[in-house]
Amino acid sequence: MNKAMKQARRLVVPIAVFSAVLMLGACGKKPVKTAPPPPPSPPAGPSASLSANPNSVAKGEAATLTWETTNATDVQIDGIGPVNPTGSRQVTPADSITYRLIAKGAGGTQEATARVTVTAATPPPPVQTAPSATEEQMFNQSIKDISFGYDSYAISSDQQGNIQASAQFLAQHPGIHFSVEGHCDERGSTEYNLALGDNRANSVKNALVQAGVAADRIRTISYGKEKPFCSEHTEDCWQQNRRGHFVYQK
Amino acid sequence: MKNAYKYSLTLAAFIFLASVVSYSQEDWIRTGTGLGVEKVRLAAADFKPSSADPRNTALLKAFNDTLWNDLNNAGIFDMVSKSFYPLSSPAVPAEVKFAEWNAPPPSAPMLAFGSLGVTVDSMTVQGWLDDVKNPQSAQVLAKQYQDKPTTDNARIIAHKFADEIIFRLGGGIQGIAESKIVFISSRSGHKEVWMMDYDGANQTPVSKQGSISLSPRISPDSSRIAYSSVTSAGGWQLQMYSLELGRAVSFPRFSGTNVSPAWAPDGNRIAFSSSQSGDPEIYVADSSGRNLKRVTTSPGPDVSPCWNPKTGAQIAFVSGRSGLPQIFTMEADGTNAQRMTDQGYSVSPAWSPNGQFLAFSWMRKYGPGAPGAQDIYIMDIVNKQWVQLTHDGGRNDFPSWSPDGRHIVFQSTRSGSEQVWTMLADGSIPKQLTTSGGNTQANWSWK
Repeated sequence: MNKAMKQARRLVVPIAVFSAVLMLGACGKKPVKTAPPPPPSPPAGPSASLSANPNSVAKGEAATLTWETTNATDVQIDGIGPVNPTGSRQVTPADSITYRLIAKGAGGTQEATARVTVTAATPPPPVQTAPSATEEQMFNQSIKDISFGYDSYAISSDQQGNIQASAQFLAQHPGIHFSVEGHCDERGSTEYNLALGDNRANSVKNALVQAGVAADRIRTISYGKEKPFCSEHTEDCWQQNRRGHFVYQK
Repeated sequence: MKNAYKYSLTLAAFIFLASVVSYSQEDWIRTGTGLGVEKVRLAAADFKPSSADPRNTALLKAFNDTLWNDLNNAGIFDMVSKSFYPLSSPAVPAEVKFAEWNAPPPSAPMLAFGSLGVTVDSMTVQGWLDDVKNPQSAQVLAKQYQDKPTTDNARIIAHKFADEIIFRLGGGIQGIAESKIVFISSRSGHKEVWMMDYDGANQTPVSKQGSISLSPRISPDSSRIAYSSVTSAGGWQLQMYSLELGRAVSFPRFSGTNVSPAWAPDGNRIAFSSSQSGDPEIYVADSSGRNLKRVTTSPGPDVSPCWNPKTGAQIAFVSGRSGLPQIFTMEADGTNAQRMTDQGYSVSPAWSPNGQFLAFSWMRKYGPGAPGAQDIYIMDIVNKQWVQLTHDGGRNDFPSWSPDGRHIVFQSTRSGSEQVWTMLADGSIPKQLTTSGGNTQANWSWK
């Protein structure tokens, strides 16, 4: 113990002197702006997407999970285990569930989630099963959720592309009705987050209406922090939960 | 009786003088919340059986535990530990040995004592409060209660007797031992409205929505609970539950997100947040939902209204109009909006019964990388001076005042999950009331 402390002290003194010299130097000279050295090009980060079709099933019915990843060496889905980098699989969840895919690669980790809602009763069979399923599938593939900054309901410039793409798809499929769910991260207060989620859902709706989508095709609802997509206490997870989420209606 | 009245007046005057004399910066919370600076030293002897019925033992345990907890929780007594009491405690006034109680170790100027006994199908409780320093006319309080011999009734009688003592020795402010707390619990698998006694006993379900219910607020006369639920067709709608009828009664639906109802102190009006205009704003309506009037007009979230219970003329609320949520006050018609908090993330205002303070939840530093501590504060609404009440970690939110203004119920994650806690209004004596499931958004009854 004593020895270790002495060693530590011996180390501390030269470091203190060195940093004092550095600080003096910094005070005496005006800092000169220099371009930072180019970082070594990192390995490309993995990408991941996961979708469920249909995303709402009656109890006992199956849904198909479809995923795609790039630059990933280890791909897992919670509750299923390791899977191929790209693939699909039938699932028959007993209750509503959010599937989470984790793609790990040399460049980092990427997650993607897809939710399957399980309804209690079997719905009456739709008249035209095949076409409507296709439309819903296309909806889920084409329409991307809109993310928000913390405590913000403004649609940032990097989300405008998603809005425009969604508006374009919706113009080509004028029969589709849908809802926009406003979600918030777990921080902050229940009541304030319900109001903020309402502002987020309406921001998405207004942006789509401005881009030419008829207002009566869009329902809005706020879930505040009541239905998080991701339940970890991390900034990554919070960002996933701050979103306007699209749900196909017809 | 006359003596007792004279006594309580003298005592009230004494407490008032004592608090004025020793007033200082640190004491403004205690005096403002009626907690007083000097606590009355009180002994509460275990009540003794007054019959030979075998049921007495269990009933006495329930009674003695409840009476002790009520007096200990009141926040105005320095309770003398039972280990200091003389070996034989009195069951009737004639048995009080004044010298023994007055001298150390108990040195108790005030003594509560009495008896409980079951005969056939009836339980009789006799309780007294004596001013030990005044043997000539010691009796401050003498009460007799009779009811069916159940532990619930033993608890209720203990609450009533405790409230009598608190009323006499606490400057004439009604006790809270019979008050209720409504809250949201997820223990059934859905977030529903629940109700319990103020001390956490008798936790019972109220709503059966089967979806998500939030923000229960009990009416000033304790006859109704307003709350909001997500409905399959219409999103978030206000619900009105009648405690007298034991079921929900009809309430108009509005478009948009309708949440966070709040009762005016007259019970005839409610304020709530609605996004029927496309933006969450504060509205005021009759308690039937009619005569709806919008009172805020700023873009961004306006939510969590709360009336000044003393005047019924002002509303505190949360607004995101200036960025992060802050506490504002305004007249009930929407004029004269004033920002009360100056930084961070401030939510969940609760106005004290005397109108003097706002309790609220505050993350004074908020944002990516900030430590994210969320604590309960109270602020004097006149000079905006504030004090932090919770320091024990976790997220602390949704304060609500007890009817006597001496206690605050709130939710905290300090024990690892969201649970309902109470504390004195100066932040001392935190006490966890719930353990099963997640329990949040507690609201204390008005009486």
